[in-house]
Amino acid sequence: MSPVLQGILTIIIGVGGCVGYFYGSNLLLDKVIFPARGANIGRNINRANQVRPWLFLFPAVFALGVYLAYPVVGSFYRSLFDRSGANFIGLGNYVDLFNEGTFRVAVFNNLLWVLVVPALATFFGLLIAQLTDRLRWGNIAKSLIFMPMAISFVGASLIWRFVYSANPDIGIINALRDAMGLAVLDPLQVQFWNNFFLMFILVWIQTGFAMVILSAALRGIPEETIEAAIIDGANPFQVFFKIKVPQIMGTIVVVWTTITILVLKVFDIVYTMTGGNFGTHILPSYMMTYMFRDDGRATAVAFVIMLLVLPVMIWNIRQARAEMR
Amino acid sequence: MAELRLTDVEKAYGEVRVLSDINLDIKTGELIVFVGPSGCGKSTLLRMIAGLEKISAGTLEIDGVVVNDIPPSQRGIAMVFQSYALYPHMTVRDNMSFALKIAKKSRAEIDAAVERAADILQLRPYLDRLPKALSGGQRQRVAIGRSIVRDPKVYLFDEPLSNLDAALRVATRIEIAKLKESMPNSTMVYVTHDQVEAMTLASRIVVLAGGGIAQVGTPLELYERPNGEFVAQFIGSPAMNLLPGEVVQTGAQSRIKLAGGGTALADIPTTGADMGLAVNLGVRPEDLVATDGEDYLYQGEVELLEALGELTVLYFKAETPGAAPVLAKLGGIHTGLKGQRVRLKADPSKIHLFHNKKSLLYR
Repeated sequence: MSPVLQGILTIIIGVGGCVGYFYGSNLLLDKVIFPARGANIGRNINRANQVRPWLFLFPAVFALGVYLAYPVVGSFYRSLFDRSGANFIGLGNYVDLFNEGTFRVAVFNNLLWVLVVPALATFFGLLIAQLTDRLRWGNIAKSLIFMPMAISFVGASLIWRFVYSANPDIGIINALRDAMGLAVLDPLQVQFWNNFFLMFILVWIQTGFAMVILSAALRGIPEETIEAAIIDGANPFQVFFKIKVPQIMGTIVVVWTTITILVLKVFDIVYTMTGGNFGTHILPSYMMTYMFRDDGRATAVAFVIMLLVLPVMIWNIRQARAEMR
Repeated sequence: MAELRLTDVEKAYGEVRVLSDINLDIKTGELIVFVGPSGCGKSTLLRMIAGLEKISAGTLEIDGVVVNDIPPSQRGIAMVFQSYALYPHMTVRDNMSFALKIAKKSRAEIDAAVERAADILQLRPYLDRLPKALSGGQRQRVAIGRSIVRDPKVYLFDEPLSNLDAALRVATRIEIAKLKESMPNSTMVYVTHDQVEAMTLASRIVVLAGGGIAQVGTPLELYERPNGEFVAQFIGSPAMNLLPGEVVQTGAQSRIKLAGGGTALADIPTTGADMGLAVNLGVRPEDLVATDGEDYLYQGEVELLEALGELTVLYFKAETPGAAPVLAKLGGIHTGLKGQRVRLKADPSKIHLFHNKKSLLYR
């Protein structure tokens, strides 16, 4: 069968299936299970109407259950078994994790990432949003800063491998060192600080996101409150920090927490740049080292990550809801 | 305690001049109201006084000091915005004390000023609330409180009542009038498009139109002696009727023969040279009275009628289609007049005469 025909057939079956499901299930409910006739007609109509929302919710609830709830439970269950998946070892994987030095390094590094990346990305985003607000070429500047958002993490990492290259003819850091007469070094091998070089890549990517959202929020501030503050004698810094920033605090929190959640998921940058060597592991990249080798251990790491993301996620959703009100 | 002097003030956005030749002296303790149709530049003029818009040409003096290039906060002005412009993240107390905190005043001084303002405006119970927990009227009072706290030389109001509903607007208007009464030495400039606000609050009204000042005067001066057709029709509601005619008798009083057939005597002196001059005769709807005599000013058929109880507004059928209908306000209830032909006359002292849109009184 030609792919086109296959596609069309899939669409027909998919859409037809949906229509068939909703139509058929409602028909079944109204005609067979609780028919609107006979002695109990009133009761039947009321019951049918109580069941009806669940007919419509069922596909979504089912999909969420199969693809979201089950994997969580299943992963947790898997994390209680050893690498072969045959022997139940209780919390053994978790105990081993906490006893391992690399895991502790990964947790510490991840903590650094979570603190530094959202802070810097939000700060730069806010700064750029404010500085470009009234410029004629502000929109061009903003598009340029937003562009890294469109690059995949792996792609961005490849770009930054050139920047951090140990060859002074390629890497700008070593080119500068060379010009100043300093010895060539590999920035990615400078312990501890190499973490920040990796973080900067994500900051570079995420600043555009923070900038776009915060720029819109800044424009939403009523002009009169700013004019009132100017008449009240506030200087530009006071207007910014005492009038503008507090008014967009909700948006800043949403941006901050959104980036935090993203940071807890990123592994590509570390994986591509250092492979977790030289003390740069973070939890997702650490998880990758066990994946396909020891699924029990890997799912245990995944579960730790999920527990870390959860509180931030809840805060993020609450704040976003409050914003919408 | 402040005089405001605007000399040849002009505002231009690039090539487009929106205001020009603004000359105005505002004395200490006056409440000046800027009125005008929308887009006449009244808010722009206020914002220029505030320092939020640059003055393109001319000078603005406050107490004899040219303030063109002095930032808003140092001009000794405070402004109340139409949208209140309260800082939404601050309590009422913080809103009112913001300016003083910026000015690094002492804690005791700030508290005293805030509490004094809160007492004047009965805001004491709301001091620790956020603006979103206040009603529109309360918010506007906070906005006024914020300016009182600064103890400015000049208060600027930019359509402060436009966002309030009708009943609250009247109440707040009276409050502003009382506030002005209690601060006889403070100068206020007030922008509105609402005539009632202008007539009730102003010590003098500035009518702005076509990028300049049309007339300045006390409310009753503008009502009784408008200098042109624009002011005549802008002040007073419904607007003044204008009827074309010509001067047929000159002297201390002038007699006008109207195109519609009527005649009228006006208490406006004319000279012999004015004989035959084409004029527009202006008469306010409320100055017209019904008559049976041959000496009538206007006669026409009542096309529409609005009975308001205390008075009845008659809309006469326009002679030529599209022309503005003549209106008359008669005291009492006259519902039977619909479709009738009615003759109207007016007292000679209530007649206005315009030639080339300018009043003959101001020649």
